[in-house]
Amino acid sequence: MRGSSPRMTPECTVTLVRPDDKPSDDARMTHTLETRDLTIRFGGHVAVNRVSCIFRPGELTAIVGPNGAGKTTYFNLISGQLRPSEGSILFDGQDMTQLSAPLRTRAGLGRAFQLTNLFPNLSVEENVRLAVQSESGVHYDMLRPWMTRKDLIARADAILDKVALGGRRNVAATALSHGDQRKLEVALMMALEPKVFMFDEPTAGMSIDEVPVVLNLIAQLKQDASKIILLVEHKMDVVRSLADRIIVLHNGQLVADGKPAEVIASPIVQEAYLGIAPGKSAA
Amino acid sequence: MMILSGDPPRSRALTLILVVVIAGLAITPLVFPGAKAMNVATKICIFAALVASYDLLLGYTGTVSFAHTMFYGIGSYAIAIALYSMGPSWAAVATGVVIGLPLAMLLALAIGLFSLRVEAIFFAMITLAVASAFLVLASQLSWLTGGEDGRSFQLPELLRPGTVLISRGTLGFELNGRVLTYYLIFIASAAMILALLRVVNSPFGRVLQAIRENRFRAEALGFRTVFHLTYANCIAALVAASAGMLNALWLRYAGPDTSLSFSIMLDILLMVVIGGMGTIYGAIIGATIFILAQNYLQALMGAASNAAAEAGLPLLPGLLHPDRWLLWLGLLFIASVYFFPTGVVGRLRNPPRKSA
Repeated sequence: MRGSSPRMTPECTVTLVRPDDKPSDDARMTHTLETRDLTIRFGGHVAVNRVSCIFRPGELTAIVGPNGAGKTTYFNLISGQLRPSEGSILFDGQDMTQLSAPLRTRAGLGRAFQLTNLFPNLSVEENVRLAVQSESGVHYDMLRPWMTRKDLIARADAILDKVALGGRRNVAATALSHGDQRKLEVALMMALEPKVFMFDEPTAGMSIDEVPVVLNLIAQLKQDASKIILLVEHKMDVVRSLADRIIVLHNGQLVADGKPAEVIASPIVQEAYLGIAPGKSAA
Repeated sequence: MMILSGDPPRSRALTLILVVVIAGLAITPLVFPGAKAMNVATKICIFAALVASYDLLLGYTGTVSFAHTMFYGIGSYAIAIALYSMGPSWAAVATGVVIGLPLAMLLALAIGLFSLRVEAIFFAMITLAVASAFLVLASQLSWLTGGEDGRSFQLPELLRPGTVLISRGTLGFELNGRVLTYYLIFIASAAMILALLRVVNSPFGRVLQAIRENRFRAEALGFRTVFHLTYANCIAALVAASAGMLNALWLRYAGPDTSLSFSIMLDILLMVVIGGMGTIYGAIIGATIFILAQNYLQALMGAASNAAAEAGLPLLPGLLHPDRWLLWLGLLFIASVYFFPTGVVGRLRNPPRKSA
């Protein structure tokens, strides 16, 4: 029903996309992240279709849309796990489209994955220490034992305390509960000290008492006006409380972009995302 | 502890076994100066280093390579050809080292950069193909390698068995060129194993383990894993080539069977698995168990068979007949892999009850 709705054509989006979000040359001068006509095809299927968007420092953008809308694929394109069929990604005025995932991470793009993606048999502390090590640029040092770099260990421990995992630092990552693994996932991204934080459903599968830990972390990150935060999230209350801006993806296309209240109220979102049909006439 | 790079054996039993093995190897020339004992001890030293370098790949990065004997062979042949063509001088030994090590490293670098970008199985296939090609090359280029016959050569004066440095009368044992060669190998192998222990416990080595655990995530953390894997491949190749050089010096010979054959590759694999992957110490244990069994199981079974026959037991003398030693060796390996899936070292460090 949703996919066949005439309301889902790209023309409908124009009204909701703010004019100042159009790609512009002066945008490259500031520390923005921008995707231009970003497109990826898998065979005949267009998973992300000409998505152009600018993300600014100090702004938390929630990316919403139904399952299969291309949200995670869009993230994969930005962080470099996938290469686009067309379009480009610019960050800090630099074209990152051809850079590999590790180089994008080093440039400041941090990513927390939706499906928990850790080093399962290494300790919790070691998981974070590796991220700290990467951030410190210690890549090929093979002459001294790792524990002589106590500074890296101390930083890892400090981050674990922030996500309330300090007491479990010596446990293997695989032995953590699902919620704790999600927190560790976020800890890995924080350890990278990125300029762009990409959260992919950070609270999915968490128990209710664990959710605030992660949400508080995100709220704290928001205080720093130099960070760009992207958040894929299904829970509308979370989106409403944290987001400065919402963009809606549907069938790989950007269909709405604006302030949370107006986007959530728009008929497109009501139908495409929340599944509330605006009326029989539209179907 | 820093000589062990902060990675001690972490098990009292393991420490004890290692001390016994290393002390045993250190005093072999004094206590068992016979040719067989010396050969076995030398082989344990050389293979401990060779297996440790393979463990760097298999145990620490999860990369399967079939080209390890190729690098071992490059080292062997480099020394053999240099000493064969330049005569028994230290300059020839140096030439062999100066040509052999960079050659092994460049080849490892090329294979790594070419094939470690993609899936691990591709790397395994490439190494298999390159190693096969190298084996054929070594047996066909007779003018250089001596073909199937290999190359025999003489050692520099100092290392020859006939060179007596301290006669038996003074110290109670004879310090000759052969003993000197043995200690050269013993110390070089120990140094290589300690160096590998340092590498795997360095920040670089920690990244290798991260790649083994989850290469995708290591990339997302900003590590360019192709380079880590390639450097690991180069280090392993350098150690393997060095071990090959030591082997050639001991045998005064290099040929396809002693340095390049795939049966050596299988032995290395078995030693890594028996000792315990991803531990380095496992290399010492695995090499010791394997080489001792290979050399002494037959004699042991002969004695056991005779004893059983004299005691009049049925069936046992036949079962334990020395001719069946390979069967028992095989059973021993199956049993050890079945009962110690994490190897001897893994088992000693984490006894099944206590770890649960």
